[in-house]
Amino acid sequence: MQKTIRVTVNGQEHERSVEPRLLLVHFLREELGLTGTHIGCESSVCGACTVAVEGRTVKSCTMLAVQADGKDVRTIEGVAQNGNLHPVQEGLWNEHGLQCGFCTPGMIMSVNQLLADNPDPSKKEIRHALEGNLCRCTGYQHIVNAVEAAAKAVGGGQ
Amino acid sequence: MATTTTKPQAKTYVGQRIRRQEDPRLITGTATYVDDIQRPGMLYAAVLRSPYAAANIKSISTAGAMEMPGVKAVYTGKDVSSVGPVPCAGSMPTLRVPHHTILATDRVYYVGHPVVAVVASDRYVAQDALESIEVDYDPLDDVVADPEKALEKDSRKVHPEYDDNVAFTFHLDGGDVEKAFAEADTVVKLRVAAPRLAPSPIETRGVVAEYDEGAKELTIYSSTQIPHLLRTQLALQLNLPEHHLRVIAPEVGGGFGSKCNVWAEEALAGYIAIQLKQPIKWIENRRESILVVAHGRGHLDDVELAAKKDGTLTGLKLRILQDIGGHHQLLTPIIPTLSVLMLPGLYKFKSFTADLIGVFTNLAPTDLYRGAGRPEATYVIERIVDRMADELGMDPAEIRLKNFPGPDEFPFETATGLSYDSGDYAKAFNIALEKVGYQDFLKKQQEARKQGRLLGIGFCTYGELCAFGPSPALPAGGWESATVTVEATGKVAVMTGTSPHGQGAETTFSQIAADALGIPMDDIVVVHGDTAKVQHGIGTFGSRNTAIGGTAVHLALQEVVGKAKTYAGHMMEVDAADVAFEGGVFSSAKTDKTVSFQDVALEAHLCKNLPPDTEPGLSATRFFEPANFAFPFGAHIAVVEVDRETGEIQILRYLAVDDCGKVINPLMVDGQIHGGVAQGLGPALMEGVIYDEDGQLLNGTFMDYPIPKAQHMPWIESERTETPAPGNPLGVKGVGEAGTIGSLPAFVNGVVDALSPLGVQHIDIPMTPQKVWNLIQERSQS
Amino acid sequence: MIPASFDYSAPETLSEALKLLSENPDSKVLAGGQSLIPLLKFRLAAPAHLVDLGGVPDLHFIAESDGMIRIGAMTTHHQIEESDLLAEKCPLLAQTAASIGDVQVRNCGTIGGSVAHADPAADYPAALQALEAKVKIAGPGGERELGIDEFIVDALTTALEASEVVTEIQVPVEADGVGVSYRTIIQPASGFPIVGAAARIGVSDGKISFARVGMTGVAAKSYRATAVEAALEGKAADAETLAVASRLAAEGVEALSDLNASSEYRSHLASVQLRRALEEAAERAR
Repeated sequence: MQKTIRVTVNGQEHERSVEPRLLLVHFLREELGLTGTHIGCESSVCGACTVAVEGRTVKSCTMLAVQADGKDVRTIEGVAQNGNLHPVQEGLWNEHGLQCGFCTPGMIMSVNQLLADNPDPSKKEIRHALEGNLCRCTGYQHIVNAVEAAAKAVGGGQ
Repeated sequence: MATTTTKPQAKTYVGQRIRRQEDPRLITGTATYVDDIQRPGMLYAAVLRSPYAAANIKSISTAGAMEMPGVKAVYTGKDVSSVGPVPCAGSMPTLRVPHHTILATDRVYYVGHPVVAVVASDRYVAQDALESIEVDYDPLDDVVADPEKALEKDSRKVHPEYDDNVAFTFHLDGGDVEKAFAEADTVVKLRVAAPRLAPSPIETRGVVAEYDEGAKELTIYSSTQIPHLLRTQLALQLNLPEHHLRVIAPEVGGGFGSKCNVWAEEALAGYIAIQLKQPIKWIENRRESILVVAHGRGHLDDVELAAKKDGTLTGLKLRILQDIGGHHQLLTPIIPTLSVLMLPGLYKFKSFTADLIGVFTNLAPTDLYRGAGRPEATYVIERIVDRMADELGMDPAEIRLKNFPGPDEFPFETATGLSYDSGDYAKAFNIALEKVGYQDFLKKQQEARKQGRLLGIGFCTYGELCAFGPSPALPAGGWESATVTVEATGKVAVMTGTSPHGQGAETTFSQIAADALGIPMDDIVVVHGDTAKVQHGIGTFGSRNTAIGGTAVHLALQEVVGKAKTYAGHMMEVDAADVAFEGGVFSSAKTDKTVSFQDVALEAHLCKNLPPDTEPGLSATRFFEPANFAFPFGAHIAVVEVDRETGEIQILRYLAVDDCGKVINPLMVDGQIHGGVAQGLGPALMEGVIYDEDGQLLNGTFMDYPIPKAQHMPWIESERTETPAPGNPLGVKGVGEAGTIGSLPAFVNGVVDALSPLGVQHIDIPMTPQKVWNLIQERSQS
Repeated sequence: MIPASFDYSAPETLSEALKLLSENPDSKVLAGGQSLIPLLKFRLAAPAHLVDLGGVPDLHFIAESDGMIRIGAMTTHHQIEESDLLAEKCPLLAQTAASIGDVQVRNCGTIGGSVAHADPAADYPAALQALEAKVKIAGPGGERELGIDEFIVDALTTALEASEVVTEIQVPVEADGVGVSYRTIIQPASGFPIVGAAARIGVSDGKISFARVGMTGVAAKSYRATAVEAALEGKAADAETLAVASRLAAEGVEALSDLNASSEYRSHLASVQLRRALEEAAERAR
């Protein structure tokens, strides 16, 4: 069985005929070539596949592409605007919040969600908000610093 | 060769907290990891694995899979029997290396053992096809799932061709250990287990193989730490000239040692690509990763320590049982020998005896994982030194300080024959003690104990052996190579044989090169991980990247600067010896003329005004072969509190004082320490693969195998001392594994200290709340 | 970790969904997918047909009527966590929702899906037991309502027929003077509670006038700890009472034993976490 879906990704509408079992992450990566979204654990734990659907983060390995039919999806590729890095990207870069970088796109999506929900989070709140994103490299400390820096930068911009 | 340049301070990159060159592609999702590679006509492979820990394969029927639409081919062990075995680099005389085919043929040795490969038009079809393959297994009774029982006479033999389950033995001794024990005032014993760990990089393994039939060239993209070594091994396995093999490590999503290996699936993908003449992709899933990617550790250590009553340590006896698993992987038997070498830790005693026994079991192979042999050794020595302090009624800080070699005793010859290069162990430890406020803490602890609270402090003063290493000590060469090529435009390419996968060598090597050449870091491109672009290399593991690879870069840079000075001298009409080079400008006291680095770069390619007999271009290739390892050290302290009711452990403070020699980029060194500590906290508190007695893995997903999350990590208060490494001109030692080595014992010692009012002397890792609670219950009842 | 093939429908009305379920015997309802999709990927479930309720608009709501708060089955954990209405009138449920999984899971997972999946370690059931929640079900024969205790039959088993769907969860508006708390000890990998204790306590004149206690993770199914409630009601709201009562947390149930906790330890944790929840609830009640 195939089903035709229409999904807006990073502002651009795509229509594809897909198998219902196709996972959203494979739709993004293989149908649309948006390989910035990664696959880490395939069991909805590590968060490497995090994207935003209708403005809320989801794990795209635990969502079917057909569930995104008619919806608005944002991926890491849509975070920087007009070639300008987002403050969260700048924060991670400046504070060395990544090493191998594999978890980073998902982490960025989650941090964006956090700062949208809570623009001035404490360290504890940051750690709590990132419980759905595993990083094996950094020990998270520099990520926490990066989120604080990004929060400051975003707040400063308002 | 002495450089005559002094670097202007403002333009010195080395030593600065500089953000990384790698990051723009990683934070925008534009980096290319192996699963991101797409090729027209690409096929997907999936691997069927044994559900049994030990079974004979009676028959395999692939017909059902072959009939499925989209399935292109199915391979069994017999089909790929022309491919050479999975290599093991061990070479000790007693070593048994069973024939390790890339797919099982007549027998499986562990759950997850690869049996059949399916190739299909997409990964969904490949997955479906696995379910249509019928393997008729004859499961064997008496699965060998316990390394200790494996040594018993009546244990089934994992490999029936051998008369027991011993994979190898290794013995080392020094001094007069029997005398030391006979004359000791106190002897303490401990059994210390370091369970198997799943390395768990967030990117699993993966391979893309592409064959150019006309050119007879096979290109392997693999998520590997060792592209050059892999090329050599694949050439042997596939019987190809290395020249027809190109191995590319694209962006690699973490390795931690698990990708410093030569895996069956790499040769398998290459073989299939050649057979089918179509690109092949194989991507491991997480269950496979936890199941079969060689587990770290797997130690059972019995240790005895002898001391005088003043706390002077005099001798140590150690027996290590290393769980090998069903087969060796690349370095399996070598890793525990590092534990033997590092058994003295930072202490001066000279008498020891160590016996290491490698044991075959029906479990997945073990092999290197961050720290590889050194965390196990450090855990043992740091645990038993605490035990000894407790037995002697001595302060655990004092016993350590008493037994360190002094800063004037370096190079320090250890009991096991290593030559520790440089250090001031007491200094680092004292800084940590001061920072934690040890004396005040002891008072607070007294108060807390009166209230029934279980508050503890744990020390780990660790040493580590890294910067691997002198070639005689490594199975495949310990050197590293670098080529520095100055382009006509003045941009510089630095080709390194290391293969960083998150360490940030593009940045550190750019810092080194920018300082040497007086040009901006952005004018430098660091190239790695492609055997067609970098002709020679070993790879990135064993905290060797900067000390060995960086030094090779440094040497090549010096040669380039030397050549450039000759050219500049010719252009300025002075002797090369009279040329100074500073801030990217060549000058001389003998003339008013100056030429820029860019001028020289262009001239080296235009060749209009070069000295006679000069070859065009400005490039140098150099190798660095270290004479010794490097030996970083440090002191980690964990302050913990145990919840008496639930057994939960809270880390109240964590301090790390590390010395990794000269620091190129403090920001990145901090990052390595933080990440390392996380990989010590994991096994201390939660990690560890769990098998049942049938050899079935019970926690094989991220839903049940816990790797630390952000809220599990304490804030790490990090400091450094800086003792240059004498063994390389950069003075760097290495930092990739230090945090992992230093942290675990600190956590365990802290918890044992917290529980000591109950009479607890040791606790096994992982120190889960259940385990802690059990201990509290036992002790409270007794 | 790829699901086996299945057919898929995305009905736009509840009646259409019910019709699809009746017509396709080997079908399964897809709500937020946070339990079902992992099962499909591990191929522990392989239904022939999925009926996605995501497009049924009348299952998304949080509304108050007649002293009850009605929550549409497709309301996400995040919406429950963030609901002002629930924060004010049923804080226990909001607090419980906030402790489920992680942000991404809460953004997708739904209360109806969670309840229908009946994972013995799910968070909601503790609160729902303590709240004596009602589960509203629609099926080919019309609607019916079950108490949460009747609805959850066993581990991963509910009273729901294959042709039925959960449409609504009903919880009471919390009375004045009732304090609530939810306390857990979680498995570090999955984030699921090893035990979870939900407490509601009313205190008047220093005495416990009302107590409801729900437990999850302890046994194969969540339960109301009625022995604890009996040991609390009418007694002085002091530490001693709470401690004594909480020892009955796992009274009469067979505590689970697994890699995370032995049954003995789990029973003990149930008591400890319940006592802590009771203390917090009593504090909030004052």
